[in-house]
Amino acid sequence: METGTTKMKPIWYFVGLMLAVMGLVVECSGLYRYFSPEHTRTVLANLHPEIWWGAIMIVAGVILLLVNRRATVD
Amino acid sequence: MQSIELAFSDWLIIALYFIFVLGIGLYLKRYTKNENDFFLAGRKNSSWVAGLAFLSANLGALELLGMTGNTFKYGMYVAHFYWIGAIPAMLFLGIYMMPFYYSAKIKSVPGYLKLRFDEKTRVLNGIAFAIMTLLVSGINLYAMALVLHTFLGWHWEVSMWISAATVAAYVTLSGLLSAIFTEIIQFFLIWFGLFLVSILGIIEIGSIGEIFKRVDELYRTVSYTTLWSTSADPSLNGMIITWGGIFLGLGFVLSFGYWTTDFLVVQRAFSARDLRTARMTPILASFFKMAVPFIVILTGLIAIVLANDSHSGYALLKDGGQVNYDSALPLLIARYYPPGLVGLGVTALLAGFMAGQAGNISAFNTVWTYDIYQSVLNKKATEEHLLWMGRVATVVGILISVGTAYWAKSFPSIMDYMQAIFSWVNAPLFATMLLGMFVWWITPSGAFWGLLAGMGSSFTLFLAVKFNWIEAHLITLSSVASDMAANFWRAWWAWLICFAVTILVSLFTKKKPSEELVGLVKGLTPKVSKEGVLWYRRPETYAIISLIVLIILNIYYW
Repeated sequence: METGTTKMKPIWYFVGLMLAVMGLVVECSGLYRYFSPEHTRTVLANLHPEIWWGAIMIVAGVILLLVNRRATVD
Repeated sequence: MQSIELAFSDWLIIALYFIFVLGIGLYLKRYTKNENDFFLAGRKNSSWVAGLAFLSANLGALELLGMTGNTFKYGMYVAHFYWIGAIPAMLFLGIYMMPFYYSAKIKSVPGYLKLRFDEKTRVLNGIAFAIMTLLVSGINLYAMALVLHTFLGWHWEVSMWISAATVAAYVTLSGLLSAIFTEIIQFFLIWFGLFLVSILGIIEIGSIGEIFKRVDELYRTVSYTTLWSTSADPSLNGMIITWGGIFLGLGFVLSFGYWTTDFLVVQRAFSARDLRTARMTPILASFFKMAVPFIVILTGLIAIVLANDSHSGYALLKDGGQVNYDSALPLLIARYYPPGLVGLGVTALLAGFMAGQAGNISAFNTVWTYDIYQSVLNKKATEEHLLWMGRVATVVGILISVGTAYWAKSFPSIMDYMQAIFSWVNAPLFATMLLGMFVWWITPSGAFWGLLAGMGSSFTLFLAVKFNWIEAHLITLSSVASDMAANFWRAWWAWLICFAVTILVSLFTKKKPSEELVGLVKGLTPKVSKEGVLWYRRPETYAIISLIVLIILNIYYW
């Protein structure tokens, strides 16, 4: 979609950005609790799901960002 | 119930979501130059973008909460909504109906009715769709505020107005384009935000096989873990329905009525860049639709196991002695998700609500602008004026939705009638579309009176059962039946009445000249050429693969 000199970034770029940023928040939150243990009342808290799930989100987000970093759509 | 507490990281994720969607609305405004951009997203989308938006427009939070709760209530028969109740219709749309829709270059489904039949049929359907959309939009808004109030303790009016204002802002700025962008973001948020519940549930209980085994042990006389093997006798399955009701009501009428004619979803396919892409849109979406039960059905079955285990500490909420089935999923989030992940889960639900709201409003502003305003009120409107009207309709539509939400608050049982609302409008419309696209001699008068009779009969049957004017078993054809079964059967009768009246009236009224129907009716339209298109690029190839996967899933869980 041409508008002067700027072309539109594809939606996948924004999805990647969102997953990476939100994954980072989840990851940091998980790491904080891993190193400064608070009493977590959730079931299966010993598995630290926020750490590995946050990492999966970051990896997925970064892949989408890298693949689409120069992509534009007409 | 004590509210789910949110930590700083949870609030941060929720805030990031609002910043993202508003930022995207602002970013896309510069690419929304004319009415084509605003109402049809410039007709430049790929099949992946249109396909995921097609699916996500339907995948609202109310559905996620409701279907998980329904699985708790009815068992695995709820998977029929995702498999037999969706996939055949989506494939039929892509293979057979999309060529007529897309090639006619229409902007809305009522627009097709105008070309195929006449203005009065278009306006009748346009008005019915606009009312239905705003009603559903308002009920969704109220449901969202209620969920946020119940589980997070948020003030219901504040959360409703903030989300309504956010949706109004980004849809007004860039129309369907921003609605589609936020729907795709919602798709990823739902999978990343909620699929982990299924994974952790499986880890806690042991395996998927163990979940099924324990549910079977709980329900020894009624099956909660099969799809078809107990459908010959309604007393043997949790949904209290026969295979006839599932097949005719859900699998045929309600499913085809919704997926092939509801402009909310079909509009996403209209935004595709060419006919092949438009045909691929619902076919691609069908693969993801088949995967949704791995969130909703699985979590529903996990909830059954945990709620019946006295050591689990898990129990559904009760409102005045009545079990609140919709609490199954939020309570699993509260059970498994530590801070950070709770924010992600809540954001997934919020995104589901807001994207659903945006979908309804973007469909409403298109139908209002073209099929009611331009068609009846201002036939000479310029393109600039229509773009302006689309933006005004967005804001007014949101305000009416908020008003409907206040009404729903004073009349909460309206939420029970969501399925019924679809059967009033979509079920008869499918008969009109089917006859219109595949039978050349169906007349404009036949279509109009058939549609009116179908909608009227569906509504009358609903009132008749509701106020006990007739017994429910007269329409469900079985001595026992659930409300869900009554919805399925009512949709079937409404379709049949519309179908019969349309044919009957068409036999005695004036037909349209066949030259006016070229490109709109099968037999008078050149076939889609497959010449030069490699087999792995043909929509038919993917439709066959999708159908094979559907058959395998149904046999596996028979």
